[in-house]
Amino acid sequence: MTTATATPELHDCRKAFAQTLIELAEHDPRTVAVCNDSVGSSNLKDFGARFPGQLVNVGIAEQTMVGAGAGLANGGRIPYVCAAAPFLTGRALEQIKADVAYSRTNVKLCSMSPGFAYGQLGPTHHGVEDLAWLRTLPELTVLVPSGPAETREALLWAHEHDGPVYLRVGRTKVPETEPYVPFAAGRAARLRDGDDLTVVCAGTTVPTALEAADKLAASGVQARVLNLSTIKPLDQDAVLAAARETGRIITIEEHNIHGGLGSAVAETVVAHRPVPMRLLGVGDEFTPTGSAAFLSQYFGITVEGVLRAADDLLESSGSEAVPS
Amino acid sequence: MPLVAEPGATSRLREGRAALQAAPAAERARSLHAAANATRRRNLEMIGKAGQGHVGGDFSATDILTVLYFAVLNIDPEQPEWPERDRFVQSKGHSSGALYATLARAGFFSEAELDSYMEPLSALNGHPNRRKVPGVETNTGPLGHGVPVAVGAALAAKLDGSMRRTFVLTGDGELQEGSNWEAALSAAQYGLDGLTLIVDRNRFQQGAATEDTAGLEPLADKWAAFGFAVRHVDGHDHEALYQALSSGPVEQGKPTCLIADTLKGKGVSFIEDRVEWHHKVPTAEQITAALQELV
Repeated sequence: MTTATATPELHDCRKAFAQTLIELAEHDPRTVAVCNDSVGSSNLKDFGARFPGQLVNVGIAEQTMVGAGAGLANGGRIPYVCAAAPFLTGRALEQIKADVAYSRTNVKLCSMSPGFAYGQLGPTHHGVEDLAWLRTLPELTVLVPSGPAETREALLWAHEHDGPVYLRVGRTKVPETEPYVPFAAGRAARLRDGDDLTVVCAGTTVPTALEAADKLAASGVQARVLNLSTIKPLDQDAVLAAARETGRIITIEEHNIHGGLGSAVAETVVAHRPVPMRLLGVGDEFTPTGSAAFLSQYFGITVEGVLRAADDLLESSGSEAVPS
Repeated sequence: MPLVAEPGATSRLREGRAALQAAPAAERARSLHAAANATRRRNLEMIGKAGQGHVGGDFSATDILTVLYFAVLNIDPEQPEWPERDRFVQSKGHSSGALYATLARAGFFSEAELDSYMEPLSALNGHPNRRKVPGVETNTGPLGHGVPVAVGAALAAKLDGSMRRTFVLTGDGELQEGSNWEAALSAAQYGLDGLTLIVDRNRFQQGAATEDTAGLEPLADKWAAFGFAVRHVDGHDHEALYQALSSGPVEQGKPTCLIADTLKGKGVSFIEDRVEWHHKVPTAEQITAALQELV
C-alpha cells in the first residue's frame, strides 16, 4: 500500500447524488423529489429543470415534506425527500417514525449536509444526532456512504429497495475512497487488512481512518479498516470478526458518540465478543463555533485522534486482550 | 393470521353502493342510518369487551365513515391496495373502533375479527396500522399526521392525471397541530381539487371544549384564508353528507373543506355531547341501554 503523493481531488457528494437522481428519473417516471425550499442546498435545480412536475417544494415545512412524501409513496411514487440533516430528522422525527417507518412507506429520506457541514452556523444546523434518533426505528435502513461513487451506488440500491431508507449525503468535500469497494447494503467493506486493531468508520471519517491506518502501518501496527456504510441493519459478522481477530476497536464518526455508529458497534461487541473500544465523535456538549475542519479537530475526529486512541488501546489493553 | 376479505366482498360492496346511489334520497338516508347504527352497536360491543376505546369520537365520526364507505368511495376490499382506489385517510387515529367496525362491515375483513380489538397481538391496535389492517392507508395515532399524507396522495393522483379522489378526516381538536396548516398551504399551492378534508367538528377535545382550550373559530374563515373551498354540513344528516361527499370539488382548482358539525357520542342520550365520554368506558348496564337506543 502506498500513500498518495499528489493531493487527491475532493468531491461534494451532493453532486453525485443530484446527477444520480436525474438518471433515476430518466429511467423511472415514479421518481419524485420532495423538498423544504432546499432546491439549492439539496442541488435539485437541474432535476427541477429537467422534471418540473416531479419536483415538489412544500416550502419551509418539514412535517408536511415527510408526510406528503409518505402520501406520494401511497400513490405509487418513489419520493426522495431532501432536506438538511438537522431539519429533516429533528423537525419531522415523528413523521419519519409514524408515516415512514411504522407505516413502512417506500420513502427515501435524503439527509443533506450532515455532521458539521454547516460549520460556523452552529449546533442548530449540525446533524450529529440523526443516527441516534433513526437507529431506533424498525423497518428503516440507515446508510452513510463515504464518497461520490458510494453515494451513487447507495442511491441506486435505495431505488430498487422496496421500503424506507435514510441516506446521508455529505457536503464536506472528501476524496474518492481508495481502494473502492462496491457498495453492498448491509455489508461492511474491509478497506485495509490488519490484526492489531480495527478502525470502524463511515461517511466523512473513512478517509481519516485510512490515513490513520497508513500511519499506524508505518509504525508497525496493522489496523483493519471497516467502512460501515450501512449503519442499520448492522453487519454483525464483520464487527464480530473484527473483535475476534483484532481484539481492539476504534470507532470514528461525525456524530455524537451517544447513539451513533460507535454505539451500534459497541452494542454488538459487548453482547457477543467484548473487547476494549474507544469511541471518537462528538461528546456530551453542543458544538462551539468553528468550521467543519475546526470542529473535527476540536472533538478529535482526526488522524491524530485515531493514533492516540490506538496508542491508548495498545498500552492499556496490552497483549492479554488479544485473543489467542 | 393476516386479515383478508371474504370472497365476494368487492361485488357486495359495489352493488350496495350502486343501489344506494340509485335510490330515492329518503330510502338512501334510511339505509345509511341503519348501517351507521349497526356499526355503532358493534363498536360499542368492541369497547365493552376491550374495556377501552374512544366512544365519543367514534360516534361523532360514524355517520361520515358510513356515507363514505357505503355510498361514495371507489374501493376494492379484495384488493385493498388497488392503485386506482379512492384514498381515505383517518387522521384521528383514536377513533379506530369506528374505523375497524366500518371496514369489517364493508368487507375488508371478517366481522368476527372485531372481537380481538386491543387484545394482545391483535391486528386491531388502539390506533390503526396499515400493515395489519387492510383498508388503512397510513398509520395514525399522533395527531396532525393525516392531512400531510393526504396532500401527498392527492398530489400523486394529480401527477398521474387520475380522477381518483382523496379524503381525509380530522378531529377538530387536532387542528391545533401546526402540521395541518403547513399541509393546507401545499394543498392550495398545488391546486389539489381532488382532495376533500372533513373536519369532525364535535367541539370537544379530550378534556374540554376546543374553544376553551385553544380556540379554532372562525374555523371556516381560516380554511378559506388557507385557500380551501369551505362548506358546512350536518355531520349526522346522511343525505346531506352524501350530497356533499359524492359531488366533485366545490370549486375547480381548490381543495375542499367540509366542516361536519357533529356531536361527540352521537346516538346515545347519556353519552351524546358530553366531554367526559372522550374515552370513558360504559358499564355493562350502560351498554345494554345504549344498544336499545341505537336502532
